[in-house]
Amino acid sequence: MLANFGFGALLLAFVISLYGIGAAIFGARKNSLAWVESARAAMLLTFPLITLTALALVTLLVRGDYQVQYVYNVTSSTMPLYLKITALWGGQAGSLLFWSWLLAAFASAVMLRRWDRDREFQPWVIAVSLVTLAFFLGMSVFLENPFERFWQTAGGQQVVALFQPAGALAVSPPDGRGLNPLLRHPGMIIHPPMLYLGFVSFVIPFAFGIAALITGRSDDRWIRVTRRWTLVAWLFLSLGLILGSRWAYDVLGWGGYWAWDPVEIAALNPWISGTAFLHSVMIQEKKGMFKRWNMILIILTFLLVILGTFLTRSGVLTSVHAFAQSAIGPLFFTFIALSAAISLGLLLWRWNEFRDEGQMTSLLSREALFLVNNLLFMGLLAVCFWGMIYPLISELFTGQKVTVGPPFYERATGPLWVALLALMGIAPLSAWGHSTAKTLGKALWLPALASLAAVGAVFASGVRSPWALAGFGLVALVVTVTLYDYIRGVRARMRSTGESPFVALWRLVGRYRRRYGGYIVHLGVVMMALGVIGIEMFQTETQGTLQRGESLRLGRYEVTFRSLAIFDTEDGRNVARAVMAVSRDGQPVGELYPRRDFYFDSGQPMTIPGLRSTMEDDVYILLVDWEPISTENATFKIYVNPLVNWLWLGGMVFIVGMMVAAWPSKEPELDERRAARRAAVKVAAVGD
Amino acid sequence: MDASSVTQPQTALPMRSGGRAKFIVGAVLIFAAIVYLIVSSTSAGAQYFLTVEELEARAGEMQGREVRVSGVVLGDTIEYDSQNLTIRFSVANIPGDHKEIERLGGMATVLKQAAQDSSLARMRVVYEGVKPDLLKNEAQAIMTGKLGEDGVFYAEELLLKCPTKYEEAVPEQAGK
Repeated sequence: MLANFGFGALLLAFVISLYGIGAAIFGARKNSLAWVESARAAMLLTFPLITLTALALVTLLVRGDYQVQYVYNVTSSTMPLYLKITALWGGQAGSLLFWSWLLAAFASAVMLRRWDRDREFQPWVIAVSLVTLAFFLGMSVFLENPFERFWQTAGGQQVVALFQPAGALAVSPPDGRGLNPLLRHPGMIIHPPMLYLGFVSFVIPFAFGIAALITGRSDDRWIRVTRRWTLVAWLFLSLGLILGSRWAYDVLGWGGYWAWDPVEIAALNPWISGTAFLHSVMIQEKKGMFKRWNMILIILTFLLVILGTFLTRSGVLTSVHAFAQSAIGPLFFTFIALSAAISLGLLLWRWNEFRDEGQMTSLLSREALFLVNNLLFMGLLAVCFWGMIYPLISELFTGQKVTVGPPFYERATGPLWVALLALMGIAPLSAWGHSTAKTLGKALWLPALASLAAVGAVFASGVRSPWALAGFGLVALVVTVTLYDYIRGVRARMRSTGESPFVALWRLVGRYRRRYGGYIVHLGVVMMALGVIGIEMFQTETQGTLQRGESLRLGRYEVTFRSLAIFDTEDGRNVARAVMAVSRDGQPVGELYPRRDFYFDSGQPMTIPGLRSTMEDDVYILLVDWEPISTENATFKIYVNPLVNWLWLGGMVFIVGMMVAAWPSKEPELDERRAARRAAVKVAAVGD
Repeated sequence: MDASSVTQPQTALPMRSGGRAKFIVGAVLIFAAIVYLIVSSTSAGAQYFLTVEELEARAGEMQGREVRVSGVVLGDTIEYDSQNLTIRFSVANIPGDHKEIERLGGMATVLKQAAQDSSLARMRVVYEGVKPDLLKNEAQAIMTGKLGEDGVFYAEELLLKCPTKYEEAVPEQAGK
């Protein structure tokens, strides 16, 4: 019954969003406020309806109604309540519904803002949001219905259908298959929603961008209105990616954090184009340049978001051999192709209206360096995209499937990441408009000296790899430049206002949130870079089988096997857990408990490392194998991962910086004043 | 400087017509660097994706090259030396084309049948490392490595997928 109710609400939401699209477009064409209002009401109505649908599904999941195929696939009776609830996004059908729900929530939130100055955008924002929403809802209604149930026909056949076939009986399996044990991790509970929040938030700036194209309003209003949406989207996407890495490090048991897996890349792609967008909108706001380019970037980001949603959840990419397993594939590609054609068509149509107001004059000006930043990000995107489609291309042209693995990505993106780090150190020092090598050199020589000193120190400690030295040097450069910029700002403020340093810092950051928040993000990035350099270039490992009391040595660490216990738990696991004593330079530093959980319901084991983390390095122990009865000996694999903790710490700093940048400003009129001033200057310039 | 630049270049990126040359040179340099990176890394990182049958047929040509092979794990053949962390097992051929797999009734069915069909091409595999949790009978193994002169495949990377969990897009727990 509940399943029918949920489906009814879903269907209604789908029909209403179709109506809303029509009403919005009609209202805009006829300039009829009543129709636009009606479309807005439709938009607002989708949210409660999809909420009801989602609640129905969550109730089924929690109740353990295994007649529903989706419930059967993703839950089992031994799972704790929080996992049953979060199983809403544990499978494909539920994820799609969850996506729709988020989109309805965000688009409705946008509808509630004040529209007085952007009236003309409204119908088109509604139309674009609803087209996207209708696509996802349609997918749920027709192809990936989470409410389909098991039935037994009169002929004794078991079928899956939404409604009871004539004469059929309901079939309820006694228990579900349960969520894959690898996914039963706290990180896994928030990682997908974070990614999805990021994905979905990008739809809003896209909708405004398209509205700007359709209405031909070529100022930067669409960017200003959606600035915070963009930052929030980026914040969540970044958070999702960082959480995913952490989860891989904690659970996947190979001592790594990023594997250049196609699914990871699918989530990284919109992040890359979104990052480029985030930087290049600043030039449009400041200089009125890059208008078309920004439009291209937001369109690209939207397309990559849709592609990413499809690839991360549909499972098509887990093997390059299974590229069309799911029925939703062709539809997704059609939707992406149509969106691309229409958006780019609109852009071409408005090409002349979106002419740039300013020009670039100096190669080393801030805007030119922003352009370099954009090119580098596009380079990263090209690498990732090439890696993804290369198997298809090679098969098309040579008939031979050739894939590219992590070595390809590492080799191709490494220099680009390094160049971006360098840019992060240089760009904040360059001036808008005009900047020469001389002025830039003047600002740069002190930080450069500091970074050379850092390279010297690292060299003295015995590091000889040129890449590592360059990496450490650039990290030092970015840190000094960023701190220098902070100090400069605080000093200037102290001088002009007489405030104490802390008050000056607080007010400075409060006033220019995006700039100083952005710098905090940069600091977070270099901290993460430190972690990446540490684990990628200096990871060491060893393995061996130990009797009780025996030890393994790795670098400065000695790990002793104390004991091993094997026991069953109440939640359906058999656990083998070793006790390992760890000492560093001969000093005991504690015990670690690497273990192996075997899940009875899915028949799958899962390796949980024993981990000791410090800012200097991590000891990461895996329990590989053991003598089952006597538990006298066991095999371990041990990694020492230098500096990797900086990756996670940097991730946190990164997020804090994003929050500073995205925090609602108390002075919204400030922007307006600035824009007005710029317009006045332009008028004056034209009058010359 | 020159006020004649009223007409804008029709590109997505704004550049001053007077000083355009240096921007174009700069952009072309960056572009060329990116293309070079992609092209050179592609040939360095390329892996042929073959089925067991194809690898057998082209053994001479593929020897010593980095290749990716997909096959079904034969449970009885798994030998695990936990002292030296060496795993030996055999895989049987499964079709490489997804349409073919669909036609034969889906991946789960194909894996099940291939594991029982002794007429299919088979290959010995050696993998050094921790035994992955998913290495068991009828699992799909995607192996990256090189074919040795002894006809044994030396895998450097081993990705595994379980037939029962086939619908879920689960990251494989695999050795690196």
